Amino acid sequence: MDVKEIRKQFPILHQEVNGHPLVYLDSAATSQKPAKVIEKLDDYYRRYNSNVHRGVHTLGSIATDEYEGAREKVRSFIHASSIQEVVFTRGTTTAINTVAQSYGRTRLKAGDEIVITPMEHHSNLIPWQQLAKVTGATLKYIPLQEDGTLSLDDVRETITSNTKIVAAAHVSNVLGTINPIKEIARIAHENEAVILVDGAQGAPHMKVDVQELDCDFYAFSGHKMGGPTGIGALYGKKQLLENMEPVEFGGEMIDFVDLYDSTWKELPWKFEGGTPIIAGAVGLGAAIDFLEDIGLENIEKHEEELAAYALDKLQEVDGLHIYGPKERAGLVTFNIDDVHPHDVATVLDAEGIAVRAGHHCAQPLMKWLDVAATARASFYVYNTKEDIDALTEGLIKTKEYFGDVFA
Amino acid sequence: MSLHSNLDTLYRQVIMDHYKNPRNRGELEGETLHVNMNNPTCGDRIQLQLKVEDEKIVEAKFVGEGCSISLSSASMMTEAVKGRTVEEALDMADIFSSMMQGQDYDDEKYDLGDIEALQGVTKFPARIKCATLAWKAMEKGFHDTDSE
Repeated sequence: MDVKEIRKQFPILHQEVNGHPLVYLDSAATSQKPAKVIEKLDDYYRRYNSNVHRGVHTLGSIATDEYEGAREKVRSFIHASSIQEVVFTRGTTTAINTVAQSYGRTRLKAGDEIVITPMEHHSNLIPWQQLAKVTGATLKYIPLQEDGTLSLDDVRETITSNTKIVAAAHVSNVLGTINPIKEIARIAHENEAVILVDGAQGAPHMKVDVQELDCDFYAFSGHKMGGPTGIGALYGKKQLLENMEPVEFGGEMIDFVDLYDSTWKELPWKFEGGTPIIAGAVGLGAAIDFLEDIGLENIEKHEEELAAYALDKLQEVDGLHIYGPKERAGLVTFNIDDVHPHDVATVLDAEGIAVRAGHHCAQPLMKWLDVAATARASFYVYNTKEDIDALTEGLIKTKEYFGDVFA
Repeated sequence: MSLHSNLDTLYRQVIMDHYKNPRNRGELEGETLHVNMNNPTCGDRIQLQLKVEDEKIVEAKFVGEGCSISLSSASMMTEAVKGRTVEEALDMADIFSSMMQGQDYDDEKYDLGDIEALQGVTKFPARIKCATLAWKAMEKGFHDTDSE
């Protein structure tokens, strides 16, 4: 994998920020976009922008072919068995809310359990909190080990025959923990529960095979994997999706409409009410082509190397604390003694280095870590060891800059 | 502290001094106006207590967690409003808000003292919310009382 060549394909990376070459280390928030994706969007709007699934006209046919072609790309990307199992959504959040509303509301009742983990992003936490409130079900957490991983013993202990839904992140957006989804899915199924996987930090970075994981639902976002914002996908097993009601009603998702009753289109379209996110889907298709040309195994290996390098290199910074396990996906969350993460991020920004500071939409996890906020550097296919060197330098400068204050 | 001139416009000595030695940090005994305010995007939180007698702020204290900008601003705000009437304090909050938005503001009406050191924040749009947190807490406190 030639990172130099890959970097050339990301126009945004070739600029200076505050007088320094941009070092973009915030891909877990959103990734940058390769030229191929940007061109694909441009091409869509310039050449064949049309609504899909209706017009008889030529542009409408091209748009429909491209839109449905993108669905096939998503299917193959996550190794689903049929395009009927791939619903386009606005992103991970919408995908999870769709399951909570459509699957959860009609099936859960008081006494049932929803099991999640304390490392969930708010988008895989609040939908379940709300579902528990509405249905009277109990929300339970699989406890975290000290290093921020899950133990299968705890998973077995927490999931019971009363559990109806298990929801877990594939990869933690704060700790970088890669969860043992296949094993959790098996335990969920032994208890006749379904499992939803929040793949927002999984799908962009590693090969995902939903059949091998045997998860019932898998949700992810396009913008974290080189695609545009506003597009994502929900994978669901066909027999589950078939028995679920749509949550959005309107055009595009109907079969027959009468004055007092209507019927729905077949899968997956019954879940795609309204004019779909055509440009977004087409752009996501281009992003998938881009990632598959590089190879997901190569991307995963590259990020693993960067994470290992960062864990080692960052030891050079005095008073730095890193959160999460040693074996991790491509991100590092940390704090420096006596310097608030906002101040860290501002000083780094002055050096052209973009990191995230705050609670990372994981307030319960911040509480567990016993911190108000943290800083996070996250890596993607275009990052290099030089980026991590720049980060290390920047952090040493931060420490020096603030060192005087508490000297 | 001269590593980066751009940063130095933000992290002025006087700000760092308030950060390191916050004035009025702590809790007040007895009956006070008590306001909690947080910045949901970053997790900063402040708990502000004000003691008002005859429309005058006689005591102001805060506790909280946050960055250098939010904590130093809270320290400066509590210093500035002590001894002021509620009306004056709210007026100062308006002036501070104008300052943060980079608009012209009346710098002679009140002795703003250290507060003017926060002007540099306007060049760092992502940090303006840090600087305004304590002022917003004070405004919230008085507006909630007004509505009762």
